[in-house]
Amino acid sequence: MPDGVKVLVVDDEEPFVDALAQRLELRGFTVLTAFNGDAALAVVQEKPVDVVVLDVLMPGKDGVETLREIKQNKPLVEVIMLTGHATVETAIEGMRLGAYDYLMKPTDTDDLVTKINKAHGRKSDHEERIRQANIDNLLRTRGW
Amino acid sequence: MRNLIGRYLNFKEEEERLSPAWYKRFRRKMTILVLVITLVPLFLMATINYYLYQSALKTEIVTPLKAMINKTKHSFELFLAERASAVSFIASAYTFEDLADQNTLSRIFLVMKSNFSGFIDLGLIDWTGRQVSYAGPYSLEDKRYADQAWFQEVQIQGKYISDVFMGYRKFPHFVIAVQHTEPTGHFWVLRTTIDTATFNNLIASMGLDASTDAFILNREGIFQTTSKFYGQVLDRCPLEAPPVSLEPNALETKDNQGQRVLLAYTDSLTPPFRLVLVKQHSEVLKSWIAFRSEIFLVFTASVIVIWLVVFTLISVMVRRIEESDQERELAYHEMEYSNKLASIGRLAAGVAHEINNPLAIINEKAGLMKDLMNMGGGVLDTNRFQALTDAILNSVERCRAITHRLLGFARRMDVTIEAIDVNSLLAEVFSFLEKDAQHRNLVVTMDLAQGLPSILSDRGQLQQVFLNILNNAFDAVRDGGQVTIQSRAPDQEFVQVSIMDNGVGMSEETLRHIFEPFFSTKKGYGTGLGLSITYGIIKKLGGKVEAESQLGKGTTFRVLLPQKRQEGGA
Repeated sequence: MPDGVKVLVVDDEEPFVDALAQRLELRGFTVLTAFNGDAALAVVQEKPVDVVVLDVLMPGKDGVETLREIKQNKPLVEVIMLTGHATVETAIEGMRLGAYDYLMKPTDTDDLVTKINKAHGRKSDHEERIRQANIDNLLRTRGW
Repeated sequence: MRNLIGRYLNFKEEEERLSPAWYKRFRRKMTILVLVITLVPLFLMATINYYLYQSALKTEIVTPLKAMINKTKHSFELFLAERASAVSFIASAYTFEDLADQNTLSRIFLVMKSNFSGFIDLGLIDWTGRQVSYAGPYSLEDKRYADQAWFQEVQIQGKYISDVFMGYRKFPHFVIAVQHTEPTGHFWVLRTTIDTATFNNLIASMGLDASTDAFILNREGIFQTTSKFYGQVLDRCPLEAPPVSLEPNALETKDNQGQRVLLAYTDSLTPPFRLVLVKQHSEVLKSWIAFRSEIFLVFTASVIVIWLVVFTLISVMVRRIEESDQERELAYHEMEYSNKLASIGRLAAGVAHEINNPLAIINEKAGLMKDLMNMGGGVLDTNRFQALTDAILNSVERCRAITHRLLGFARRMDVTIEAIDVNSLLAEVFSFLEKDAQHRNLVVTMDLAQGLPSILSDRGQLQQVFLNILNNAFDAVRDGGQVTIQSRAPDQEFVQVSIMDNGVGMSEETLRHIFEPFFSTKKGYGTGLGLSITYGIIKKLGGKVEAESQLGKGTTFRVLLPQKRQEGGA
């Protein structure tokens, strides 16, 4: 069970966000929600979020723009894009900007869970390496 | 000129251009026009040629005839003057006594005869009218002439030349008489007779062809020489006598047999006679008739050839035009169709996305229900399930609304005229693009007039028109831009729909071309057909469309749609 993985679900469709959040919670994730790009940015800024599940098409700040700002503010936060058929190109563009992966709506939950876990795994590895590097750095400093 | 021909050919009637009657009329008018243009000059030329040639031919024929009779007249006058002079000379050179002597007279006569042809006899007549002496083949001594008209005349004129007559001698001849007055006051007359055979010689010397007749008439119209066709010497000439003319004259007339003849004549005063030349008209005009039939033949042949060529050419040309018109129409329809498909494709993409969202919701809600059943340990929270199924049904309803709209659009590919509420049509069209507008944060204002009269038109085509214009407006504005959809009824006849945006706008140059096919400013993805097809549809529906634009400020499209169905629309 992926205990304590903090997931932020961002979509303008509230019922969708609501249901997905509950399902992810049932699977042991800690789920936060936001209904537009700006709210998502605020959540990412304030709370420790591991993985963001981000819809590409949203009124206001769209998915790609939100992704860019998340990556700017919190480069370690992994983002999985959600997209329809018509916006696959946008999702790929998102991956170029640093998104971990994308999923086509309607999503298969097992897929989504797998991807969230993998994304989280990458984030953990990343953090681990940074931590290790810091330790090495500290040790080297001491030696010096 | 161009306008004139254009008006004649009715190039303006574009609308009914594709009807067979139009092409028929066009072909007929074209044929008439070309035939008139080609045949009138041809006809004029032929006519002018005809008359010019006729007059030239006439001159050519008449001039030598005139010259000939003039020459012959002079020969006659000379002939008569010579002989009169000879007699005058004798009368002057000899005395009455010399001439009264029979021997002397005979000798003089012999000399005369040897020098001048035609003399038959010579006689001396004293003042009492008695023939004193005579030399010649007849015995005319002592014959009395006192009471004869010529004897009176010679006393007055001093000289007398008679008409031709038979007289005692029983053959045609004429008389020359010269009076001589003695100083004593007595007078005598010298009289000679000349055979008219000499006249015939003179006429023969004209060298006439068989169909031409020449003769001499006296003042009374009596033949002085034998005519080939009209009578013997001393017969009356059956031809109508033209007025006296001392100059040679020619005229066309009919002879007593009703034949058309060319008559050339000239009159002489002393002695008074008329020289006449008659040429058969048919003979005169032989070359003329040949020319006329040639010209007629050439003209007829030309007309036939021109007619055939013109008819064939114009038939081919009109058929080509007809074919190319049909091809154009077909291509236009195909373009219209592909444009419709393109806009449907675009629509479909949008709709797919719209449907995706409720589907995603259903997916998650149903998934959650399954999760709850699997993981809830057999305890079912009915209220929670109720809420979830409601949410699913809600989403299904959303999907149904979308598919319904799409069906409403797709079903109307064929033209059907029905009463349409423009406001609801605009709302329906906008609903297709609503999501797009939302995603791009466009401010779309629906400024719809209340109580707008419904119009009779084709729903599908109007949907296409407004979808097209709205799409353009959406393309023109930046994210967050404004688009206003306005409906009004400016008068009893039209409903006006304006679609305004505050987008990039167009230059005047661009504005001038927007309704032309294949003109596009959307590099890469525009077909350049949207507005030209929009224009075509509105035109067909009897409406009008105009665009106003300012670079950087925005564009307004104004569509006027007739409330009633327009006649002549397709």
